[in-house]
Amino acid sequence: MTTVAAESQRAEATEGVTVIEARALTRRFGDLIAVDSVDLRVRRGEIFGCLGPNGSGKSTLMRMLLGLLEPSAGEALVLGCRMPADAERLRPHVGYMTQRFSLYEDLSVEENLDFAGEIFGLSRRRRRERVDSAIADAGMQRYRAMRAATLSGGWKQRLALAAATIHQPELLLLDEPTAGVDPQSRRRFWEKLFQLASQGATILVSTHYMDEAVRCHRLCMLRDGRRVAVGTPRRLTSSLDRRIVEVRTAQTDAAIHLLSGSPLVASVTQLGDTAHVLLSSGAPPPEECAVQLSALVTAGGLRVTEATPGDATLEDVFVAILLGERFEAEVDET
Amino acid sequence: MEWTGRAVGSTRRVLAITRKEFRQLVRDRLTLGMIIGIPTLQLVLFGYAINLDVRGIRTAVLDRAQSALSRKLLGELESTQTFELSVRANSEAELFRMLGQSQVGAGIVIPPDLDRRLLRGRGAEISILTDASNPTIAAAVTLAGQGLGQMLSSRIGFFTSAEASAATRLIPGDRERFGAVPDLVRREAVRVAIIPLYNPERRTAVFIVPGLVGVILTMTMMLMTALAVVRERERGTFEFLIATPVRRTEVMVGKILPYILVGHVQVTLILALGAVLFDVPIQGSLLDLGAGALLFIAAMLTMGLLVSSVAKTQFQSVQMSFFFFLPSMLLSGFMFPFEAMPVPAQWIGTCLPLTHFLRIVRGVLLKGAPLESMLGELAAIAAFMVAALMVAVLAFRKRLE
Repeated sequence: MTTVAAESQRAEATEGVTVIEARALTRRFGDLIAVDSVDLRVRRGEIFGCLGPNGSGKSTLMRMLLGLLEPSAGEALVLGCRMPADAERLRPHVGYMTQRFSLYEDLSVEENLDFAGEIFGLSRRRRRERVDSAIADAGMQRYRAMRAATLSGGWKQRLALAAATIHQPELLLLDEPTAGVDPQSRRRFWEKLFQLASQGATILVSTHYMDEAVRCHRLCMLRDGRRVAVGTPRRLTSSLDRRIVEVRTAQTDAAIHLLSGSPLVASVTQLGDTAHVLLSSGAPPPEECAVQLSALVTAGGLRVTEATPGDATLEDVFVAILLGERFEAEVDET
Repeated sequence: MEWTGRAVGSTRRVLAITRKEFRQLVRDRLTLGMIIGIPTLQLVLFGYAINLDVRGIRTAVLDRAQSALSRKLLGELESTQTFELSVRANSEAELFRMLGQSQVGAGIVIPPDLDRRLLRGRGAEISILTDASNPTIAAAVTLAGQGLGQMLSSRIGFFTSAEASAATRLIPGDRERFGAVPDLVRREAVRVAIIPLYNPERRTAVFIVPGLVGVILTMTMMLMTALAVVRERERGTFEFLIATPVRRTEVMVGKILPYILVGHVQVTLILALGAVLFDVPIQGSLLDLGAGALLFIAAMLTMGLLVSSVAKTQFQSVQMSFFFFLPSMLLSGFMFPFEAMPVPAQWIGTCLPLTHFLRIVRGVLLKGAPLESMLGELAAIAAFMVAALMVAVLAFRKRLE
């Protein structure tokens, strides 16, 4: 309970200025509704995550917030600029990292950063400084003169972040920046994001990695273009805390088959030798369910090593949403 | 048995690929358009527009004799159908100016003393000046001129009684001094002198090399700009670019500038090679040529931007450029004389900037014409550029689709 209290305190402290505000933002492509009436409020200095599977509308949402795509309906106010009408006024204050590497592969690391600095209007001297510090910051001294095409995925991503932040923007929009990057690089990348946030930047980052979503101050979940949940990761998962049971057995796949037949079970998934069970919303407390489910598996002729209540993850939240539950783990003032 | 099994497997795979190719082909509208469009375009262009028997060459007449005889001669010339006597010149200078500016392809000069010389048996000479910078035209003019000369000598009856008696009436002493007029006419008829101008040896290279300047610029300039923009879209760098404060005109101008330099490098290269390898003369001012080339390059780059705002892939922009390039090459008078094309083809040709640039580049290089004398051609190119630019700016959006 103490952590939740600390979080709400933090939320109040940072609640000051709204950097992004979207109301009923909608985008249609023909018959397809890519983004469906999404409300969003991102506050200054926070890392706001946008979690959803592929095709859930994350990229489209970001492009509308940047004024790169015209919304079909609704409105968006970004750093006080109305999108897309005021897009040109917004540009100097925003850094954008696209899902696909979008720097010039036939230019070197240094040339790419220099180009980015120049196009954002930095003076020659300022550019020199910024390029040098960006290269040092990203630990890319060795690759300075190398063509971007020859860099590995992780290094390309660091270069792209360096380019997106070369002009020290107030707001960063990162569209699945870590897709296809190894865990170590991802970890480093997030350290860098926290550093930027602590320096006052606001970051909107989309991802489909649950482990990254957990790191965000707040996040929204998208499914089929709709916002299905919003709040701090802790609050989103805490509402499912009493609904998880973990059953360890020798034959996990057979156990899962048995468990999924039980009315107590909403969903079950395998984590190594453990069956991770999300209990139905009307189920008894997890301790009781653990006993019942253990009995069920044993009755099926399998040996249960252990059956205990467990912690909910964001994935459980997602599954619960897929099953039709609603999560507005935030008093939404919009 | 195993052998047949393998053959069946192989056939199946070949068929699988064939079927897949067909599906992709049918779904690729532009390629499908090319399969139908290119042969149709080529057939129409080559079949109609390209006519190697040159007829109806626009011809200026400087008739200093202004007599019944000179009118009869001109009538004979016109009846060859090679010449279309469309303009009347008042002086030799005017005639040369019209030839220099390619307003006409030939000029006929009839001396003031035509009748007198003829009747005195000294033999009259009419001159046909021809623009030999285009060897095809020069050849047609020469053929027609020589034919006329021969015909005039063989057709004794041409200058008989009517003119002879008229002449006798005019110059009474002639009959006594030189005897019967018909004999004199037979001996010394009208000579037709053909005077090839600008490229007296009628070398094809002299005609083709300056034209190549225009053709090469059309191809490379348009394609390079088109590719430069489309490449950004294809590689995804466009999305980075449009999220920066850069404006669309800045992107367009920035993309064009390097190629203006590239274009001039190409012009210099072609002219240098032409001079060294083919002895192509440079009569006019290089500065004039540079200025003309600048406008033409800008027009072609604009055309490239237009292509890039429509094309989605680099391959598509190559295909689209080709559709513009083909008529440019065939209808501009690069290889085949513009004058010989049917009128509708000439209309299309007039809309193409290459047609006008070819007149400029040939005029300056081969005839030494000053750029001021070709303001009409410059204006035509400029008009094309402005139109293409307006469409391109409207079509180029700093948005994603």
